[in-house]
Amino acid sequence: MSLSGAEAQETVLTQSEEARGGLVRDAFRRLRRSPQAIVGATLVLLFVLVAVFAPLLAPYSPTAQDLSQVRPGQFPGPSAEHLLGLDQLGRDELSRIIYGARYSLIIGVVSVTIGATVGMALGLLAGAFGGWVDGLVMRAADIMLAVPSLLLAIGIAALLGRSITSVMIAIGVVNIPVFARLLRGAMLSQRESDYALASRSLGVTKGRVVLKHVFPNSLAPVIVQATLALATAITEAAGLAFLGLGSPDPSIPEWGRMLAETNAYLASEPLLALWPGLAIVISVLGFYLLGEALREALDPKLRR
Amino acid sequence: MTAPGTTVADAVPGAGAGTPLLEVRDLRVTFSSRGRRPVKAVDGVSLDVAAGSTVGIVGESGSGKSVTSLAALGLLGKRGVSISGSVRFDGEDLLGMPEAELRALRGREIAMVFQDPMSSLNPVLSVGRQITEILERHRGLKGQDARDRAAELLVSVGIGDAVRRLKSYPHQLSGGMRQRVMIAMALACEPRLLIADEPTTALDVTISAQILELLRELVVGSQTALVLITHDLGVVAGLCDQVHVMYSGRIVESAPRRPLFADPQHPYTTGLLASVPRLDQARGVPLLPIPGSPSDTLPWAEGCAFAPRCSRQVPECLGAPPALLPARGAAGGPHLVRCVNPVQDGS
Repeated sequence: MSLSGAEAQETVLTQSEEARGGLVRDAFRRLRRSPQAIVGATLVLLFVLVAVFAPLLAPYSPTAQDLSQVRPGQFPGPSAEHLLGLDQLGRDELSRIIYGARYSLIIGVVSVTIGATVGMALGLLAGAFGGWVDGLVMRAADIMLAVPSLLLAIGIAALLGRSITSVMIAIGVVNIPVFARLLRGAMLSQRESDYALASRSLGVTKGRVVLKHVFPNSLAPVIVQATLALATAITEAAGLAFLGLGSPDPSIPEWGRMLAETNAYLASEPLLALWPGLAIVISVLGFYLLGEALREALDPKLRR
Repeated sequence: MTAPGTTVADAVPGAGAGTPLLEVRDLRVTFSSRGRRPVKAVDGVSLDVAAGSTVGIVGESGSGKSVTSLAALGLLGKRGVSISGSVRFDGEDLLGMPEAELRALRGREIAMVFQDPMSSLNPVLSVGRQITEILERHRGLKGQDARDRAAELLVSVGIGDAVRRLKSYPHQLSGGMRQRVMIAMALACEPRLLIADEPTTALDVTISAQILELLRELVVGSQTALVLITHDLGVVAGLCDQVHVMYSGRIVESAPRRPLFADPQHPYTTGLLASVPRLDQARGVPLLPIPGSPSDTLPWAEGCAFAPRCSRQVPECLGAPPALLPARGAAGGPHLVRCVNPVQDGS
């Protein structure tokens, strides 16, 4: 199909107009204007890049030991060869921190995916059907939320045995009631919205109203929560590892385990505890800042 | 539930010859929630809407005008709501109709336009998608056919550049544009009855005039009957054949447009008229608001609900509810009023 010049121009205009439109783009535009979002996104990006390119970035293998320099109670600090020094087993601290990002990222993403998927499925059921389904799901969520989340995670992780998988499942399960509640609440309020009534008044079936109208409009808080949950998942994973519920394999460079292992040398070598702590703080801060900025960007009240 | 002293039956407003398109008889809607007194939102409303005609329902907030239409379409929730009476559309009872049948009727035969176009469109779907959804549902139109028809509809409601507008999201459109889109959606299947619930309240004056003009063009004189729900008598003045004034769940005055404005007889109607600002009034003449608020009502069982706010209250107003009767000077005519001491000429 050939277009005349004017028509072609018209098409271009249409596309650029469309490019400016759309809710996602709208939110994205607002994110770009927020310094908080920029800082958060930069930190998250840094974290993800470090995790993905760990083998390229790390100067040494995370398990390689240089025992010639390490004696009990005496660790060489930062040097030109080992920028962050060596840990208690003579391994390069920087390389371990860099590889540790991989574990934090995987644990965070997998556990939040578990929590969000199952939680949203339950929330969708409760929000769509209401009645006894809603009652059942929400009472179960209440019971789970009544137990402090770290305690619940400890319980589940202990039950499943020490491994990275059980940490991921434990943190995922802890997140389920949060997502279920959030989606269900958002759907309940969106069900009462004018556009839901308007589409019902025009004969759209109830199932369609719920799935096509109510559900997509209820997703914004879930997206925000997923970002924030990533931050919590990283701290919780570190917490579980610190408490000895992570993988029993001592070679795994997990930030929480690194904190726990250097605990004994805190008085003589505080720096060894500082590095993994800092890594946790920076990655968590990144997700928090991004999550909060997303909350603002997706807030329909702020949209013109 | 009949109050003592009710001996005279209400006349049915708007009743004419032949079967009306919409026939509402003694519709009652009561909202009850635990621990609170049940609220009679609609308390025995009867009215007829003839095919192709335009009917206005006027009243303050809380007078039951919106609830009447929502109840008729089965759009009120089930919990805590009890509905009685009958609503017939083209002879078929809507209140007893199974939900699936009713749903097939909504949007195809009866459509509604709501008050706030800002919130009545789904913010995450493009305008085109929302219109084609209706076409798909009722007309089985899909893909390009549906989009073509949607573009036609947008043109018919005065939206230029329709093909491009189909891709717009609601937040990219002005309030007036959104209301035009709502009207396009409502008229997508050429329904026989369009209920417009305060269609211009959320819009500014010039846009509101445009929307009313659009409704007039599209609906008045067409096969589609229009029920216009509003609190603004000015809106009704230009558009409606028959006007029902509601107060506290009941119709208090009902008349064709001309008699209503020329010879309003219920004190509430005159109050509404006096509280509308007029250009031809001398400056400095204060508007006359109706004193009190709709919460200062009497239950109809104890007399006229409007009595506590009425300047023409007489002892007969209390005790028994007044019936809706042919108005003075309109023997047997379509002008009805529910008042024991109606307004005289010029007062």
